[in-house]
Amino acid sequence: MMNLNEINPTDQKDTRSGFGAALAELGAKDPNVVALCADLTGSLKMNVFADAYPDRFFQTGVAEANMIGMAAGLTIGGKTPYTGTFANFSTGRVYDQIRQSIAYSKKNVKICASHAGLTLGEDGATHQILEDIGLMRMLPNMCVINPCDYWQTYNATLAINDWDGPVYLRFGRPKWPMFTSKDQPFEIGKAWKISDGSDVTIIATGHMVWYAIQAAKNLQNQGFSCDVLNIHTIKPIDEQAILESVSKTKCVVTAEEHNRHGGLGDAVAQVLSMNLPTPHEYVAVNDTFGESGKPVDLLKKYGLDVSDIEAAAKKAIERK
Amino acid sequence: MANTQDLEQLSTQIRRDILRMVHAVSSGHPGGSLGCADFFTALYGSVMKYDPKKFTMDGKNEDIFFLSNGHISPVWYATLARHGFFSVDELETFRKIDSRLQGHPTTAEDLPGVRMASGSLGQGLSVAIGAALAKKLNNDPHTVYSLHGDGELQEGQCWEAAMAAPHLKADNLIATIDYNNRQIDGDVSNVMSLGDLKAKWEAFGWTTLEMDGNDMQTVLNTLSVAKSHCGKGKPVVIIMKTEMGAGVDFMMGTHKWHGVAPNDEQLAQALNQLEETIGDY
Repeated sequence: MMNLNEINPTDQKDTRSGFGAALAELGAKDPNVVALCADLTGSLKMNVFADAYPDRFFQTGVAEANMIGMAAGLTIGGKTPYTGTFANFSTGRVYDQIRQSIAYSKKNVKICASHAGLTLGEDGATHQILEDIGLMRMLPNMCVINPCDYWQTYNATLAINDWDGPVYLRFGRPKWPMFTSKDQPFEIGKAWKISDGSDVTIIATGHMVWYAIQAAKNLQNQGFSCDVLNIHTIKPIDEQAILESVSKTKCVVTAEEHNRHGGLGDAVAQVLSMNLPTPHEYVAVNDTFGESGKPVDLLKKYGLDVSDIEAAAKKAIERK
Repeated sequence: MANTQDLEQLSTQIRRDILRMVHAVSSGHPGGSLGCADFFTALYGSVMKYDPKKFTMDGKNEDIFFLSNGHISPVWYATLARHGFFSVDELETFRKIDSRLQGHPTTAEDLPGVRMASGSLGQGLSVAIGAALAKKLNNDPHTVYSLHGDGELQEGQCWEAAMAAPHLKADNLIATIDYNNRQIDGDVSNVMSLGDLKAKWEAFGWTTLEMDGNDMQTVLNTLSVAKSHCGKGKPVVIIMKTEMGAGVDFMMGTHKWHGVAPNDEQLAQALNQLEETIGDY
């Protein structure tokens, strides 16, 4: 656990670069790791792996369905394929391929998806998928991970190589504050408790973790103390950490760069409604598509700003 | 290695198995299964190198096979059982609850012989390419075989895969197309024509062969020729002309038996045309 006031990141890097760096490291460490990319090698930061291990890198062209099928086939023979494309083309475009050839067939494929959510920015709604967490967590056998910064993405990329089964790893495009460290352990399915408080639990995933930390600092200055939990693994979700925190604070806010339907908020709501019904406020995109714009401007416009988390926390506290 | 006559007798028995399996549950896909019985028998009875008693998911150091058009599972299950992957008695569980012999093949039930779920069409060629590339990375000189329906080629993913295999030099892959020109809604040429199928595959960069899939000696010879093309930089495709319902007169010449099981009377009539050679399950 950390003192919120001690979290003052000075450096920023994109989470996709954390993925690229870890993939290159896996290339050196594990000869069974192979990578496939559908014409977005630079965007996914897969070029270091591609240049260093050309025999184990497969450029598939703009043909994502074939890429997913090839990845499933490469597991037969003991390979661990990492596929790379944007989150939209990693999920919705190839849902049935993932469903049959990876999830149902229990193939050890790591579906690595960049440019998720609104923070993809200027390319607009065609590319800003806000439904991917929901799509992937509905699939039996699928593990779903959405890391929060460069080093957490780096560590998650390494960790999923030791997870025997399909994984959806979701990360993003923009440079984002770095507040985890290279040596911070990453355990799949285990929440990271960032701060301890008694008034409200704020549960966040992905880029929204940084906003949750800032909101908790502001709330602290206003006299509210917050439990801040980073749920990086949305499936399997850390029920114990959620229930321990919420049984103390008695109210919860979830924050995610995703549609309010099907994502982190719903995953948490399912845990709570079954075990500990609790006032719960969502900070999420309100069932709409995004648009072109600068990442932080989009987060603000679509109700995902720091101030939105603060307001949601106060509302949740009032509902206790 | 079995001789051609033995293989013909085996394929007749497999045809009986198919008919009895789908009849027992009044569901399943007999037409394409009957049409491909000779191909499966040749593949598992003579061509492929494998050990049915030591089945592994990885299939290292043996030939492996993927069925992309998973609805013809009856012919695959009967073939696997008749070649020792599991007991022939298990064929009577086909499509019943708690069975490993699901309507469409799956890995979820740990059935020996099956390495990938199939049924949703168009996915198997991509998978076969991936497995072929894994064999190359493993310096495993064995061959990957796959089977695809002709109607299935209407799925766009097939052509993504058709483009990828020559580009990636998957020359340890022999894909076969079951070209019976029948699909659920009618003749393939009417539903959505494949045009000049041989020219299409050649244009995509495949070594393209054609064969009569209902003549055992031709199937054996062509698979042998296909094998001789492996390792020469290009994947191999065989356009296999078959007759849907082959071996049962009233099931041939129509698409009607794609996914319909015979009733008691039709079963008896069909079995009369197929001599019990090895013994029914």
